[in-house]
Amino acid sequence: MGERRSPSFYWLLALFVLFVVFLYGPMLTIIILSFQGPEGGLTFPMTGFSLHWFSKLWNDGLPNVDIWSSFGRSARLGAIVMALTVLLSLMAGLAYRKGFVGSNALFYVVIASLIMPSIVVSLGIGLEFRIFDDLIKRYAPAFIADGYDTGMGLYTSTLGAHLTWTLPFGLLIMFAIFNRFDPRFEEAARDLGATPWQILRHVLLPIIGPSVIGIGLFGFTLSWDEIARTSQAVGYLNTLPLELQGQTTTVTTPVIYALGTITTAVSLAVIFVALAAILMLRQRQGAHGSDAGRGMV
Amino acid sequence: MHSGSATDRTVPGWAQVLPLAVVFVVFFIVPLGLTAVVSLWNYSEYEILPDVTARNYLEAFEGCADRLLSSSPALCTTLKTYLTTLRISATVWLITLILGFAIAYFLAFHVRLLGVQIVLFLLCTIPFWTSNVIRMISWIPLLGRNGLINQTLVKLHIVNQPVEWLLFSDFAVILAFVHLYTLFMIVPIFNSLMRIDRSLLEAATDAGASGWQTLSNVVLPLAKPGIVIGSIFVLTIVMGDFVTVGVMGGQQIASVGKMINTQIGALQFPPAAAHAVILLATVLLIIWCLTRLVDIRKEL
Repeated sequence: MGERRSPSFYWLLALFVLFVVFLYGPMLTIIILSFQGPEGGLTFPMTGFSLHWFSKLWNDGLPNVDIWSSFGRSARLGAIVMALTVLLSLMAGLAYRKGFVGSNALFYVVIASLIMPSIVVSLGIGLEFRIFDDLIKRYAPAFIADGYDTGMGLYTSTLGAHLTWTLPFGLLIMFAIFNRFDPRFEEAARDLGATPWQILRHVLLPIIGPSVIGIGLFGFTLSWDEIARTSQAVGYLNTLPLELQGQTTTVTTPVIYALGTITTAVSLAVIFVALAAILMLRQRQGAHGSDAGRGMV
Repeated sequence: MHSGSATDRTVPGWAQVLPLAVVFVVFFIVPLGLTAVVSLWNYSEYEILPDVTARNYLEAFEGCADRLLSSSPALCTTLKTYLTTLRISATVWLITLILGFAIAYFLAFHVRLLGVQIVLFLLCTIPFWTSNVIRMISWIPLLGRNGLINQTLVKLHIVNQPVEWLLFSDFAVILAFVHLYTLFMIVPIFNSLMRIDRSLLEAATDAGASGWQTLSNVVLPLAKPGIVIGSIFVLTIVMGDFVTVGVMGGQQIASVGKMINTQIGALQFPPAAAHAVILLATVLLIIWCLTRLVDIRKEL
């Protein structure tokens, strides 16, 4: 390739810049509008610059909704989904390296889950728990059936629904890692007498660490924002995005933008912590790339 | 002597993969199976009745044939809804494909420094990790009746009255889909483009091919796997969507996903399940057609 840029470069550069404006512009708009003055409305112009709508959100919440409880619920659920996504994807990734009966079939199931319309998955999980509830109420012994209401809930049906969405990303990332992984690192460790646990702890995890953090990033952020699969798989208590979606038509003040800004801030904080951690691990790997000739460390 | 990989001596593979497999059996395979079963069940106002009937499928398209074949042919509501969904999906697919390919091409071929490439790629990816609903709501102050765009248009005397079709319309729905899901095209196409051996492009140029000829005869065929994977993502998401169509369409536009969601809201589970099965069959047909073109497993 020559030094001079072709005309197509400038066209595509312009398109790329426009695309980035298109991606971030609207988000920036509601962040700005969430600092709207107390008399201001849902659109420009700004009547002032204030924290009015944030303090209103903090003190009064949203009409008819306990927004801070759902905020806490979504945060806890996101943390659990993140932990399980990392753990289960990592274990499955290791299993795929060894091979097991039905590995191909499971792979296709996972891919199917990724591209399955979410409304279908959600409806199915909802039906499953309804039928389960009916069976319990009808056939279970009295000490279980009495007072039994439903098995649906945040840490049963909703958690499961989220995992069907986050685990495919986790597993695909594991595949991408191990496709590029050099098995000689492990062989060297094994030849030196390391146990399987030591290999995992001291060889494998340090090398794939950055990608594992990436899996965690997907786990939390996808759960934190999930609506479609959650919709029919929640019990009595809604998650934050579901409440937010319900409020889009009823709330007519910038309070909804304030909530949007806070939700986005949580996502961005998680993203930047994760990216920073990945960068840090990469740099440490670069610094400690080889300890040849240094003797026992 | 050792055989196989290093951790053979401890946990067998099937035990390590078991938790993940259980999640997909309990929360994916069984629910799908139950959806298929319930789509064949009867129902009354109050409950689901587990006896087999074709009622839900027949009622889904009730009167459609009569109306189509009548002296003044017309589409029934169900067919209209499916056609609307297909039309929106096709439009979104075409736009995201062209836009996604152009962006991926720029990132893969025109950005020369790896560091810059990573930063620009992340710039495209970060919004994907933020909330979809917020990203939809954020169009309201721009597209609304008193939104920024209408204010500008009126002020510049391009229009006398605010344009109504910007928000809560087909246009808004398609715009939001493009906004949300172009990334699903960019990532797989970028992945395919990065695997293209650069010497092939030089060879094409040396052999006298023009830029367009290189694009259509070398780059596009080699980018096919990424294009197919991206297309599957975008089409399946848009076909089954009810959130974006609901919020951006002002709850006025009917899509298949929205129809299913409404039926569930009315606790009509068997007809909802029947539509879910029909939707699934449609989506699978589309995917099957697309995968004729490529072996996905080779692309990871």
